[in-house]
Amino acid sequence: MALRDQFVIPKRYTTISFALMAIGIISILVLFFTSGMKSDEYEQARFWASLLQNSIYFLLVVNAAMFFICATTLAWAGFQVAFKRVTEAISACVPVIGVISFIILMAIAFGGNHVIYHWSSDAIVKNDAILSHKAGFLNKPFFTIWTIITIAGWSWLGWKMRQLSRSIDDTPLTVEEGKRFIWKNTVWAAIYIVLFALTVMSSIPWLWIMSINAHWYSTMFSWYTFASTFVAGIALITLFVIFLKNNGYLEYTNREHIHDLGKFIFAFSIFWTYLWFAQFMLIWYANMPEETIYFKPRLQGAYRGLFWLNLIINFLAPLLLLMKRDPKRNYGTMTMMSVLILFGHWIDFYQMVFPGISVDKVPFMLFDFGIGLGFVGLIMFVTGRALTKAPLLARNHPFLKESIIHHT
Amino acid sequence: MAVKKFVVGNFYDEQVLFPAVKQVRKAGYKIHDVYTPFPIHGLDAAIGLRETSLHTAGFIYGITGTTVAFSFITWVFTTDWPLDIGGKPFFALPAWIPIMFELTVLFSAVGMTMTFCYLCQLMPFVRKDHFNPRSTDDTFVMAIECTDRTNEVEALNFLQSQGAQDVTIQYRETGWWLGTYDKEKKPFESNIQAIG
Repeated sequence: MALRDQFVIPKRYTTISFALMAIGIISILVLFFTSGMKSDEYEQARFWASLLQNSIYFLLVVNAAMFFICATTLAWAGFQVAFKRVTEAISACVPVIGVISFIILMAIAFGGNHVIYHWSSDAIVKNDAILSHKAGFLNKPFFTIWTIITIAGWSWLGWKMRQLSRSIDDTPLTVEEGKRFIWKNTVWAAIYIVLFALTVMSSIPWLWIMSINAHWYSTMFSWYTFASTFVAGIALITLFVIFLKNNGYLEYTNREHIHDLGKFIFAFSIFWTYLWFAQFMLIWYANMPEETIYFKPRLQGAYRGLFWLNLIINFLAPLLLLMKRDPKRNYGTMTMMSVLILFGHWIDFYQMVFPGISVDKVPFMLFDFGIGLGFVGLIMFVTGRALTKAPLLARNHPFLKESIIHHT
Repeated sequence: MAVKKFVVGNFYDEQVLFPAVKQVRKAGYKIHDVYTPFPIHGLDAAIGLRETSLHTAGFIYGITGTTVAFSFITWVFTTDWPLDIGGKPFFALPAWIPIMFELTVLFSAVGMTMTFCYLCQLMPFVRKDHFNPRSTDDTFVMAIECTDRTNEVEALNFLQSQGAQDVTIQYRETGWWLGTYDKEKKPFESNIQAIG
C-alpha cells in the first residue's frame, strides 16, 4: 500500500475553519460596538482585554508545539518523529498569531487607555512609588523591544527548525550524516530553549499578563503560565494527530504514540496544579495584603466560580479520567480530554486577565469565547496549509525506526 | 506445598524466542513464565500475561494515605488540640495539602513495594532459585508448566525443535518457604536431569 504522505485539506475542514474565523470576527465586531466604542475607559479596556487574553493564550499554545519539538530533540526522544510534521505545522502558526498579538499589545501599551497596563501612563507612574520603582522593567521601550525580539525569535528559530527537518526529505542519510543532522538539530533546539527560558519561562508572562496587576508580583507566575500553555499545546497536538489518523493519514502513528501524548497531558496537568498550588499556598500562608490582593476577587469575589471551575477542569478531570492506561489509548477519550483541557486553560487565562479590568463582576463571556473560536479557526487554517507543504512523514529522520516500533 | 513439573528451555536469541513463544502457545502448552536478563518490549503480550493490577493497588494505597493524613490532621487541629497559628482558621486546608500529598506518596510507595514482593513471592530470607542461572546473564529461559495431560517428552522435543538449547525437566515447589542460599541443602525432592 502506498503511503498517504501528502495531506489534502478536506473541503469541510476549510469550511469549518472559515466559519470559526467568521464567528471570531463577528464577536470582535460585536464586542467593539458594545464595549470598545463606549466612552467609559473600563468598557474599552474590557474589549482590549478580551483580544489580549485570546491572542496571548493561543500564541503561547502554538508556540508550545515548537517547545515540544525542541525539548524532545534535546532529550533525544524518538517517539515523536512519527508525527513530527504535525507538531511542526502547528508551530507554523507562531508568526501569524505573533503579528496579531504584537499589534494588540502595542495598541494596549501605546493607546490612550491605561486600565489594562497602568504602568504605560507616565502620569500614573510618577505618583506611584511602587510603579516608579518598577519602571526599569515596566516601561514602554523595553516592553516593545523585548516583545519584538521574542516574537521574531520564536518565529525565526521555529522556521529554522522546520527548515532543518525538511532539508533531508529527499536525501537518505548515511550514519555519519545522520549523526551530523542530529547534532545540528540539537544545537538549534538548544538555542531555541535558551530563548524560551528567557521569554515564556520568565519575562514574557510578567510583561504581558502579570503587569495587568502591576502592583502585585509572583516569581512563580511565568512557570505557571508556561505549564498552562504547554499542557494545552500537547492537547492541540493530540487533536491534530487524532484528526489526521481518523482521516487515514499517519499510518505509522498508533495507540502507543497517543498513549505517550496522554501521559504528557496527565503529567503536565499535575505539574500545572503543583505550580498553581505553590503560588497560591505561599501567598495564602504569608497572608500579606499586597500579595493576597490578587486572590481576593478570584477566591472570594466575583470570579469564585471560574476559579474553582479552573481547578476542576484542569486538575481533577485529567487526574481522574486519564489516570488509567486505557483512556490514554482511546482516541475518543483523548479527543474529549484535549478539547476540555484547551477550554480549561482558556478559562485559566481568562481569570488571569479579567479580574484586573473588572473586579466586581465577571464580564459576559460569550463573545470572548467567540473570539477564542476565531483563533481556533485561524490555527486550523494555518496548520492545515502548513501540513500540505511537506510530506506527513519525516521519512529520512534517523530516529524514525525507533518511533515506528515505539512501544509503551 | 505442591511440587510442580516444568519443561525448561534456554533461548540464545530474541529472534528465536518470539516465534517459539507463539508456537508453544499455539500447540496448547501452558507457559509458566519467560525469564529474561532485561525487559523485552512486547513479550508480556506475546506470552499472554494479563495486565498487572499493581497500579490499582497503588491507587487504593494512595487514597488511603490521603484519607489518613486528612482525617488525622483534621481531628488534631480542629478537635483535639486547636492552635491559633498566625490567625489562620483551625481548618487550614491549604497548609495540609503538602502533608496529605506526602502521605499519599509514602503509602502508595511502601504499599506497592510490599504488594510487589508478595506477588513475586520475594522477602528477606525467602529463598528463590532460578530455572537456569543464565537468565540473569545473557539468555532467555522459558518454563512450560506440565499439567496432567502434558506428555513431557513430547513437550521437551517440541521445545527443542523450536530452537531452545539445554532443555531440561525440572521440579519446583510452589508457594513460599524460608531457607538459605546454601548449596548443600536442597529444599525440594530434586530430580533434575539434563537432556540434550
